[in-house]
Amino acid sequence: MDVLYFAWVRERIGLPREKVETSANTVMELVEELKSREERYAAAFADISALRVALDQELSEFDAPLEGVREVAFFPPMTGG
Amino acid sequence: MRVEVQEAPFDVGAVTSEFTSGAKGAGAIVTFTGVVREADAGAMTVMEIEHYPAMTQKALEQIATQAIERWSLADALVIHRFGRLSPGDQIMMVATASRHRKDAFEAAEFLMDYLKSRAPFWKKEILNDGSADWVAAKDGDEKALERW
Repeated sequence: MDVLYFAWVRERIGLPREKVETSANTVMELVEELKSREERYAAAFADISALRVALDQELSEFDAPLEGVREVAFFPPMTGG
Repeated sequence: MRVEVQEAPFDVGAVTSEFTSGAKGAGAIVTFTGVVREADAGAMTVMEIEHYPAMTQKALEQIATQAIERWSLADALVIHRFGRLSPGDQIMMVATASRHRKDAFEAAEFLMDYLKSRAPFWKKEILNDGSADWVAAKDGDEKALERW
């Protein structure tokens, strides 16, 4: 699936998007997989209460299932307006 | 309904005129324009606005549709910019049209409250000394949604 990062999450991880092969069932499992990869991921996902997630461009939750999802995006709380 | 996500500046006067003439049956038009604030002692030089292109248009259309349905608006408009902006530049505007002013004012506030924390934009302030800071969401922004 495609995993996208925005704002300081993108800066901390060092890339805007990547393809990830995963068998994670939920967003949280995907986060744990990414965290175990490298320190920069662990740093970006250290406090998930400071993060939001969107599944296929819809705001979602970290306990949401990933079945059928093609695009996951992680970002800090939005600051529009 | 008109929703635009764009890098280019916009002309509030022209947009408002066009919106007003298109809002048939309306007795009230409310517009709000957000502008990049001058920081203290001119500290900020540039504001960079990042967004999530695949999600932004969809999220804004959902918010505008909700406003139109809830307040029976004749029409609603949202324009939001991204890219590099300077103090004094317009960031975004909303416009609402209804039969009576109360609905137009309320719907415009609803749109603004939702844009703040449900539209996928992120602001970064770049200061004179070269340092840069992501603008943090305020607790109050999320709380503001509770009244709706």
